[in-house]
Amino acid sequence: MDANEQKFIDIQNAEMSFFTKKGAFNALRDINLAVGKGEFISLIGHSGCGKSTLLNLIAGLTQPTAGMLLCANREIAGPSPERAVVFQNHSLLPWLTCHENVYLAVERVFGATENLVRLKERASAALALVGLSHAEQKRPHEISGGMKQRVGIARALSMEPKVLLMDEPFGALDALTRAHLQDELLKIVAATKSTVVMVTHDVDEAVLLSDRIVMLTNGPSATIGEILEVDLPRPRERVTLAQHPSYAQYRGAVLEFLYHRQRHPAQEAA
Amino acid sequence: MSAIVESMSKPAAAAAADEAARRRRAGLAERRRQLRAVLLAVLPPVLGLLLLLLVWEIVSARNSGIPSPVVTLHSAAELFAHPFYDNGPNDQGIGWNVLASLKRVGMGFGLAAAVGIPLGFLIGRFRFLAGMFNPIVSLLKPVSPLAWLPIGLLVFKAADPAAVWAIFICSIWPMIINTAIGVQRVPQDYLNVARVLNLSEWKIFTTILFPFVLPYMLTGVRLAIGMAWLVIVAAEMLTGGIGIGFWVWDEWNNLNMAHIIVAIGVIGVVGLVLEQALVFVAKAFTYEDVRN
Repeated sequence: MDANEQKFIDIQNAEMSFFTKKGAFNALRDINLAVGKGEFISLIGHSGCGKSTLLNLIAGLTQPTAGMLLCANREIAGPSPERAVVFQNHSLLPWLTCHENVYLAVERVFGATENLVRLKERASAALALVGLSHAEQKRPHEISGGMKQRVGIARALSMEPKVLLMDEPFGALDALTRAHLQDELLKIVAATKSTVVMVTHDVDEAVLLSDRIVMLTNGPSATIGEILEVDLPRPRERVTLAQHPSYAQYRGAVLEFLYHRQRHPAQEAA
Repeated sequence: MSAIVESMSKPAAAAAADEAARRRRAGLAERRRQLRAVLLAVLPPVLGLLLLLLVWEIVSARNSGIPSPVVTLHSAAELFAHPFYDNGPNDQGIGWNVLASLKRVGMGFGLAAAVGIPLGFLIGRFRFLAGMFNPIVSLLKPVSPLAWLPIGLLVFKAADPAAVWAIFICSIWPMIINTAIGVQRVPQDYLNVARVLNLSEWKIFTTILFPFVLPYMLTGVRLAIGMAWLVIVAAEMLTGGIGIGFWVWDEWNNLNMAHIIVAIGVIGVVGLVLEQALVFVAKAFTYEDVRN
């Protein structure tokens, strides 16, 4: 891996403030992070610590008030299909079928170079990847929450993005569905070798999926408190992994950070 | 389980008779339930109408000028026997009058939609335009559309376009306002999707804004049609010519109260049909997620 690939996403001294009626609110400061190509990064921290803000910066949905963000050596000036986002609440358009929702993305990215048949195949292939071929013609309100989130992932993957950004993608799902989708995501990421940045508040999810876990301190003025390298063998399988000697150690390290060193503001008050 | 075992142990004939009796009872109960549901659905409106007729009958009995329901029914039967006769411009069937009014409403309403809906989209999408137009809309919306009639008469120098103009003015406000509200309520999530996919403004309009705003727009259209139908009767009383509003005024001059009451019924029915047709259209275009 050369230097470019080690710093595929490069965040330098990023700072984010919001200007509200009550004055400036500093959400993030001194963020320095390099994400390698094909790496799976989790951002973890208590609610309100700015992890989604950081993800939006990488997505280009918002611009930092100071510092710089680069992707593949180019400044992130705005949102782009090469950095696909899986939104927390799936954000599917309710008047389009699952296939049409994915097709919208495919058409935008490949429409100029490929014909209609090929585009439709791409949308179908993306849905097949998340195991939803049978629901192609259904509308979002006809399918379960887990299936909606899978369509959201299919939509993101169909664009063949350089980076996959996920904002608590499984946060709204029940534990069993979540586990199932995590397993699927592991397989998909292994197959596509995607670079992933995922926001989560689930310690097990972070350890299971990530190569590195980026832990954020409490806001306001949150920053990176610690980065944990998760050196567990891949392919990972949740049941055998739980018995791996290092697993408990990684899990413990994150919990230690979250609950001893960065107690939740509400807990501190109590 | 025990019930099945019991019935199995009995002689087969007795068991079959039992079963038939049970089914008969269940069928009877079911039919009684259905009957009750139908009665509960039909009875209140029928009672309401009967009450109305009773009040009408009492009022007409105490006031010689007001015809009783039976007299009115007779004159309605006469009117509806030849709704489309034509004895020159001042004496035409009630059908022609209703159609003339509907034509005016259609024209004024159509023009209002053609102007109001695009304007609503622009006001909803661009804050600057909202700042420009909101004060004007707020100022002019409460004005009775009939106040605009003289301006229409002055500008168009004719009664017919002036009535269309009054309809145009009264039906444009709900369409502008509801369309703009719909556009302003498009969830940020959808717009973020559009930004990440880098969709063109036209694609954003056709795949996100328009489908989302459609139910809001149709609400505006529904309010507008109700308003237009209210206003046309009054406008035609002032402008004259042919039309249900003028017809009512004409019958007042003839002191034919039965015809006026029939006209009130006709106006009510036409308004109800227009409204229900738009409710039906609106339902067909409302998506599950939007409805919640």
